[in-house]
Amino acid sequence: MNVKPDLTADSWQYRDLNSRAPSLSVLADTLIELAREGHPVAAGTADLQHSNGLVKFAGEYPDRFIQFGISEQNMVSAAAGIATTGMIPYVATFASFIGLLACEQIRMDVAYCAQPVRLIGHHTGISMGFYGTSHHATEDISTMRAIADLTVVSPADGAQFRQLLRHSATYAEPIYFRIGRGHDPVVYDRDESFELGKAKVHGIGDDITIIACGMAVHGAKQAVDALNAAGHSAGLIDMHTIKPLDEAAVLEAAGRSRVVLTVEEHNILGGLGSAVAEIMAENPGRARLKRHGIMDEYALISPPMRLYQHYKLDGPGIREVAEALL
Amino acid sequence: MTANSDLSQEQIEQLEDRARFVRLETIRLIEIAKVGHYSSVFSCAEIFSALYYDVMALSEDPAWPERDRFLMGKGHAAVGLFPILADKGYFPAEWLDSYTRLGSPLGDHPDMRKVPGVDFSSGSIGHALSNGVGIALGGRMKKLEFDVFVMLGDGEMQEGQVWEAAISAASHRLSNVIAIIDRNGYQLDGKVDDVMAIEPLAEKWRAFGWEVHEVDGHDIVSLTQLLRRVKADTSRKAPCCIVAKTVKGRGISYMETEPGWHLGYLSPEDSEKARQTILTTRITSCGEVA
Repeated sequence: MNVKPDLTADSWQYRDLNSRAPSLSVLADTLIELAREGHPVAAGTADLQHSNGLVKFAGEYPDRFIQFGISEQNMVSAAAGIATTGMIPYVATFASFIGLLACEQIRMDVAYCAQPVRLIGHHTGISMGFYGTSHHATEDISTMRAIADLTVVSPADGAQFRQLLRHSATYAEPIYFRIGRGHDPVVYDRDESFELGKAKVHGIGDDITIIACGMAVHGAKQAVDALNAAGHSAGLIDMHTIKPLDEAAVLEAAGRSRVVLTVEEHNILGGLGSAVAEIMAENPGRARLKRHGIMDEYALISPPMRLYQHYKLDGPGIREVAEALL
Repeated sequence: MTANSDLSQEQIEQLEDRARFVRLETIRLIEIAKVGHYSSVFSCAEIFSALYYDVMALSEDPAWPERDRFLMGKGHAAVGLFPILADKGYFPAEWLDSYTRLGSPLGDHPDMRKVPGVDFSSGSIGHALSNGVGIALGGRMKKLEFDVFVMLGDGEMQEGQVWEAAISAASHRLSNVIAIIDRNGYQLDGKVDDVMAIEPLAEKWRAFGWEVHEVDGHDIVSLTQLLRRVKADTSRKAPCCIVAKTVKGRGISYMETEPGWHLGYLSPEDSEKARQTILTTRITSCGEVA
C-alpha cells in the first residue's frame, strides 16, 4: 500500500483493491503460473485491470496483455481473433457486461467459431451490492447456458477457481467463468482437485440434497452441516460446471433424496435450478425439486453481505429454506 | 507482386477476368439458392480479384500461419468469395454445386469451421474489424508476419462496434490492419445516407487515427496499385483504411439503378442475359462500362 502520510492506514484507493480482496489475485497468479509453464496464455480486460487483478499479469507479461478500454464487445470479438493465432486468451470484465452486453459476440465469434477463448465474468450475481442493477449479473448463467458449445463454470471460491483455471489451459472448448468479487468465503483447500464437467459431490442426503454453485456453496455447506447436526440427513453437490451438467450427479440426488434444493446467486429462471429441473423433469425420480435464488426480480441495493442475508443465500438463510421443505 | 510497379497488360486482363469470374459464379450459385446478394458481390468483385489474385500473400495451404488474412464484415457477399477459394484449390470445386443445400458447408454467410480458406466466420454485421484486430494482436504475440485485410460494408459503419475496433486498432498501432470499405452507397432499406448518414467517412477514419486513402473500387489498376502500395509500406505506424467508391450491382444496369436489389433472384432466362452482359462488357471504373 502506498498511502499518503496525511491519511490514516485505513484509507485506501482503487489501485489497492487487489490487497483488499484475497481471492482477487487468483486469476492473475494462475495465468502467470500457466505462462511460466509454457502455456500460450494471453489476457485482456476492459478498463478493469485493478478490479480483476490482471494488472499483476500485465506487469509480468506486458506483451501478452491487452488493454481494450471500455469496449467489451470489441474485446470479446478480438479475443476470438487472437485465439485463431494459437494463443489462449483470457478476457475479463464485470459479469453484467461480458455475459449480457457481449452475449452475441460470445455466440458468434467465440462459441460458433469454436475458439478457445476464456471469458471471465467477475463480480457476478449481486456481489456488486449497492452499485445496483446495472452492475448485478443475475442472468449470465441463463444467457451463456443457451449458447451451444460453450462451457459454463461457477467456482465456489478462489482455490476451486485456481484449479479449474489450470484445467482450462488444456481444455478445447470455449469457457465462461462466472466468479465473485474476491471476497469469497473459503470452502476448499488450495490443492484440492477439481475437473471441469465433474461435480464435487460432498454427499447425498436421504432427506435433502442441496445442489449449489458459486458463492452459494459456502452457505449451502453451512446449512447442510446444521441440518445434519439437527438430525436430518442432508447432502451437498457443488455443481461448479453448469454446462456440460454432470447429469449423473443430479440423477443420483434425485433418485436417493426426498428433496433436491438448488441454490444459486442468479435468477431462478434459466440458471442452475433450471438446468437441474430439465434433467429431473425428463427422468422422474424420488425427489421433488425446489429452486432457490433471486426470484425473477431486480435485487435491492445494499452492502453485499446484507443482500445475501436478505435473499437467504447465506448459511442461516439456506438452512431456513431447506427446513421449510422437510 | 512488386510494390509500386505498373501492372502489365496481362496482369490487368487476368484481374479483370477473375472479377468477371466472381460475377458469373455468383449468378450461377444464386440460381441454386433461388435468392441471394448479387449486387453486394458485384460492388466488390474487383476488390476480391485484386486481393486474392495479386495483393495477398497466400500459399496452397489455407492454414499457413503467415498467410495474409481476409475478413468480411459484409459476410453476405460470401457467395462471391467461395468460387475464389475453390479456384485456389482450398476445397473441391464440386462443393460449389451444393451451395445452400441441406448440410452444405457453403451458405449465405461464410463459416470458418466448414470452409477452408475462410479466415473468420461472419454474418453479424460489425464484428469483423474486431476479429481482425484480434488476429493482428495474436500475430504480434506469436511474432508472425502477415497483413489483415478487412472488407466492410458502408452500411456497416452504423454499427458501434466498428468504431470500438477502429480506436483499438489505432491505439495498439496495428499498422498491418487494412480496412477496405465497399462504399456502394446502398443498404437493405435504401441509400445509406438516407437510412443513417455516415459522411464525412474519410474524415471520420482520419479522426480515429487511421491512414486513409480513397479509390475507385472498380478501377482494377488503381485499386491494385494502391493495395500493393499500402501493403508494402513498412513505415506506416497506423492502421490503414481504404474507402473504395463502388456501385452496388456494378455490371448489371438494372441492379445499378434500381434500389431493392440487395437481395433478389434472376430467373434462368434473366440469369443467362446477365451472364451475356458480363461476358461482353469491360468494367474499368464506377462510371463507365466499355
